Amino acid sequence: MPEVKMRTISYSTAINEALHEEMARDEKVFLMGEDVALSAISPATAGLGDRFGHERVRNTPISELGFTGAAVGAAMAGYRPVLDMRRIDFMMLAIDPIANQAAKLRYMLGGQVSIPLVIRAPEGGGSQNGPTHSQCLEAWFIQVPGLRVIVPSDPADAKGLLKSAIREDNPVLFVEYRALYSLEGPVPEGDHTEPIGKAAVKREGSDITLIGIGSQARSCLEAAELLAGEGVDAEVVDPRTINPLDVEGIADSVRKTGRCIVAEEGHKSGGVGAEIAASLQEAAFGALKTPINRVAALDVPVPVHTKLEAIVLPSTEKIVAAAKKVLS
Amino acid sequence: MARSTSRLSRKRLGEMYRTMLRIRRFEETADDLYMVGKVVGGVHVSIGQEACSAGVCAALREDDAVLTTHRGHGHSIAKGTRLPEMLAELMGKVTGLCRSKGGSMHIADVSKGHYGAHSIVGANMPMAAGIGLAYQLEGKDQVAVVFFGDGASNNGAFHEAMNLCAIWKLPVVFFCENNQYAVSVPAEYSTSVDDISVRSKGYDAPGLTVDGMDVAAVYEASREAVAHARRGLGPSLIEGKTYRFFGHSRGDPHYGMYRTKEEWEGWKGRDPLIVCEKMLKMTAKQKKAHADAVEAEIKEAIEFAESSPEPEESVALEDIFA
Ligand SMILES: Cc1ncc(C[n+]2csc(CCOP(=O)(O)OP(=O)(O)O)c2C)c(N)n1
Ligand SMILES: [Mg+2]
Repeated sequence: MPEVKMRTISYSTAINEALHEEMARDEKVFLMGEDVALSAISPATAGLGDRFGHERVRNTPISELGFTGAAVGAAMAGYRPVLDMRRIDFMMLAIDPIANQAAKLRYMLGGQVSIPLVIRAPEGGGSQNGPTHSQCLEAWFIQVPGLRVIVPSDPADAKGLLKSAIREDNPVLFVEYRALYSLEGPVPEGDHTEPIGKAAVKREGSDITLIGIGSQARSCLEAAELLAGEGVDAEVVDPRTINPLDVEGIADSVRKTGRCIVAEEGHKSGGVGAEIAASLQEAAFGALKTPINRVAALDVPVPVHTKLEAIVLPSTEKIVAAAKKVLS
Repeated sequence: MARSTSRLSRKRLGEMYRTMLRIRRFEETADDLYMVGKVVGGVHVSIGQEACSAGVCAALREDDAVLTTHRGHGHSIAKGTRLPEMLAELMGKVTGLCRSKGGSMHIADVSKGHYGAHSIVGANMPMAAGIGLAYQLEGKDQVAVVFFGDGASNNGAFHEAMNLCAIWKLPVVFFCENNQYAVSVPAEYSTSVDDISVRSKGYDAPGLTVDGMDVAAVYEASREAVAHARRGLGPSLIEGKTYRFFGHSRGDPHYGMYRTKEEWEGWKGRDPLIVCEKMLKMTAKQKKAHADAVEAEIKEAIEFAESSPEPEESVALEDIFA
């Protein structure tokens, strides 16, 4: 294999590079959303409007239902739209074209169409933006057959998986974690892609498996460092995509460690952690020495107040505490 | 575009001036406190748009309802929302209107007929229809006013709510503050019409565009629309042409990114407070009397908010179910 050159860039720059490269590679790719055309507004969309023009980098009115439905139509008609939802909370106005239409059309029409659509959905709390601007809603969408759901936790995966998502012939919900936008990390130079549907071990260890979704994969890595200081050797696994979920990939780790925590920023009830825990007990029940423990947002909305918000959201400290409980 | 006639009494106009000044000073204060980290969360000020808040709410009764948006301090104050409790909410105190859980974007004071700032664009309009429906079902003559922006007028929620109110003759006034932009996107680009008020035609309802920098013009148009609703004749749509003197929120400058300095200065020259001062031919002494009274009120609000306690941890888990 040729040697891959790495450089350090941020998560938002990684997203930006993926968009630039895929728009340059395929003229059927175009971007739509509120405030996407102005380069200065968001680092993820910087320079796109100036480079590709406002036909292909298209501002929309505040019409989430309208422009998402339009993107489904354009996808059926041969384009590869990428939507920028600004926040997943606003995407709630567009669930019909996503869940009732995009995800079902190919099946419902007996395979006559495909919907190569990417919906970029930034999300997450920690900035005191309150109940309607802090949610993590990926769990809702793993209930929708026909929709891929991607949850990258570092710059390399953000770039590699976004590029794969844009090349994918199916609708993809591509979740971006706002708290990670400024996170820096190594990303291979050139046309870097990552496979959809494969988990990644982000840190090797033997005592316990910490499975983290998106922002919480970061927290799991931090938790593993803290645990290392106390003599615990934690492995961190990032599923990276949650539909499809790489059950075998994560089960391999659990077979090795026998213990497992699942951490996510969404709410606990009916969360991604519940799905993963259920899948793991189906796949690797015999390997589990202790019950799987979940760390997630408490089942209340995310309040504005800084201290209250911290009580509701998951954190590195909460993961460490859960790990110690499982290990004791 | 409708401008004001001179039927209004000096006393009434003076009251509206006072309301506008209270809004201006409250928001300047909130902005200052944000800069020093004492106000947390998303904050969107309406400085420049005060005539819309003051003019509309002057046409309302205390038992009428308002619903507002992410840019809702002005509407809240004009409807009678308590300043100290509102500032306490912005500063994350448990004495805040929403016990520090909603923040600036979700201010509500239901006891004053303020059914909330709603920060998902468009969400407030169908809810306003529902409040109107409740009034109608109970045979009351109350009216609900819903404030929204030019950007929100492109959302399906606006159109569905207008149609519901029209077919059921609900007592709702739709007031669109056309401040020309939705974040960076100009209304000129995003909106199919020059005057948003013409969209009322599609719902067979009255529509009027007024000078949103002229509080008297806003008041007069609102009085008619409110009377129309109270008589059981259904919704109206008023558009106030206005401008925010600040950026959309804290992240963008007053001008230079998507608005030109010339455009900004042009609107600044029509500051609703100055327009009103001229109409009232206010003397320096009169201005000072207003300013002193408002300063005292602001000072009291700051003292209340500063001295209020932070919430206990248990507050995080309260209020989820009735
Ligand atoms: C459904 C939805 N989409 C997008 C947003 C993000 N957003 C918040 S305010 C805003 C612009 C609103 O423009 P306008 O309605 O004109 O009100 P203004 O901010 O000018 O007062 C946008 C796009 C949101 N809060 N809700
Ligand atoms: Mg606007």
